[in-house]
Amino acid sequence: MPTIVYIEPDGQRKAIQVEAGANVMRTAVGNGVDGIVAECGGAAMCATCHVYVAEEGAELLPPVGEVENEMLESAAAERRDSSRLSCQLNVTSHIETLVVRIPDRQM
Amino acid sequence: MSQVDYEIGKARPDQLPPGVPVITFDPYSDEVMSNPYPYYQELREAGPIVWMQKYGTYAVGSYGSVIRVLTDHESFCSSAGVGLTNFHTETPWRKPSIILEVDPPEHSRTRKVFSRILSPRSLNKLRERFEQEAHAMVSRLVSREVCDGVRDLAEAYPLKVFADAVGLPPDGREHLLPYGDMVFNAFGPQNDRFRECLARLGPSIAWITEVCQRENLSKGSFGAELYAAADAGEITHEEAGMLVRTMLSAGLDTTIFTLGNALVCFARHPHQWAIVRDNPAIARQAIEEVLRYDSTFHSYYRTATRPVTLDGVQLDKNQKILVLIASANRDSSHWSSADTFDVRRKPAANLAFGTGIHGCAGQMIARLEAEIVLKALASQVERLEALGEPELHFNNTVRGYSSLPLRLVAKDRKGK
Ligand code: HEM
Ligand code: FES
Repeated sequence: MPTIVYIEPDGQRKAIQVEAGANVMRTAVGNGVDGIVAECGGAAMCATCHVYVAEEGAELLPPVGEVENEMLESAAAERRDSSRLSCQLNVTSHIETLVVRIPDRQM
Repeated sequence: MSQVDYEIGKARPDQLPPGVPVITFDPYSDEVMSNPYPYYQELREAGPIVWMQKYGTYAVGSYGSVIRVLTDHESFCSSAGVGLTNFHTETPWRKPSIILEVDPPEHSRTRKVFSRILSPRSLNKLRERFEQEAHAMVSRLVSREVCDGVRDLAEAYPLKVFADAVGLPPDGREHLLPYGDMVFNAFGPQNDRFRECLARLGPSIAWITEVCQRENLSKGSFGAELYAAADAGEITHEEAGMLVRTMLSAGLDTTIFTLGNALVCFARHPHQWAIVRDNPAIARQAIEEVLRYDSTFHSYYRTATRPVTLDGVQLDKNQKILVLIASANRDSSHWSSADTFDVRRKPAANLAFGTGIHGCAGQMIARLEAEIVLKALASQVERLEALGEPELHFNNTVRGYSSLPLRLVAKDRKGK
């Protein structure tokens, strides 16, 4: 089973084992991970589920989508090359571990 | 009339795979619409997926099943129409929407433009103007003995600020409401309600077609931005006009009904109002709760693109599935005390705006308008006193009120 490691804004790490296909935003919200607001519930409209993806595992994710790219411009924290909207990320079976860092603000 | 029309769907109840409970109530009847929630409960208790006998479609009403359908756009598409009519086999009443009723990759092209214009970042510049308008409107109503909460606030506010933001001329905006009513009726069956609404449309369509033209839209408006996206080659000019129209059909009735539902909720639950009044910072979360508790948009459809298994049931290609988001928002396996209106509830991804790739593209401006109106009320209004029963408006897919006689009792300024 893949593992998603969330690094919360205060540096705390939370590792959660998930089924293949699990959504990174929904898993965070369902497991009380701090710092992901996800106001729009996964419609790529709010940019409050912003994360920075650590290098390992990043190359196994699909590239930033067109709509996601637009919406990342609305992220409250600085946009970087590693920026993603976690609601747009599903952990497929060939990802062993995905590490995402949560920025200190979403609004 | 008890005639059952099996032509719409494909399977018949006697040919259903085992394990599919059959539901006989009509979700579009006045009786169910007057208070749909007990019926939705019956449907959820019957099973995660059921057969709607009257219309020959499947239906899902539990939180988990609704999410499964809405997040799997490859199996459950929108291009066959998100109403009961199957565009792959029947003729739609109007041209399909180029954002709501298309699948990827076409969908991303229009969605990207639409969501940029309505993104949190672009909406920031509207906040101040929206706040001023809300304060002025609420002050005027507080100074009156009696008002109609729906007409004088829930309708008046979006008709002013949202229509201004889209770039419409001030005169003739009354045409917008019958048009929106029609669009939302059309997601249901072509019943009497649909036919009467179509007959009432009159000159509205001509007016709307006119105001969606580039030369009639104000500078710097959403409408102007859509045409600018056409100049940049992202969409065609004809599509820009169609998307202005989409803003008008999707963005007014929904917000108006949501504001009206909020007023009714707070008039009926004075303790809940006291919580918001004393802590306006909670306003945005309170709106989420209004949308969860009495969802504006109740249901729409998806269509199976191939034979697919959903919650253990094998569906045929082209089979329509009714997705009851308003039912998912009352599912007690997801929400504690699901039937209680509680503004202190932590918002936890309610489905009032749908979800997945078609999740509402206008939700951030809808939230903005509603939050601002609620905060304006919280700063000036001690209590909302209903002076009679609100009048329910019957529409096939959206739920709201057409009238709410109301007294807005002013806060005692010297007191606190
Ligand atoms: C409280 C108010 C509103 C509610 C409850 C609401 C609800 C919804 C729902 C449930 C959907 C999903 C339909 C589907 O998946 O087939 C949707 C889609 C949509 N809404 Fe809203 N809406 C609201 C306000 C607005 C506003 C203000 C606008 C425009 C400015 C808007 C524009 C749209 C558009 C364009 C879509 C289609 C998105 C797509 O298919 O990608 N809505 N809305
Ligand atoms: S949850 Fe809103 S953009 Fe991801």
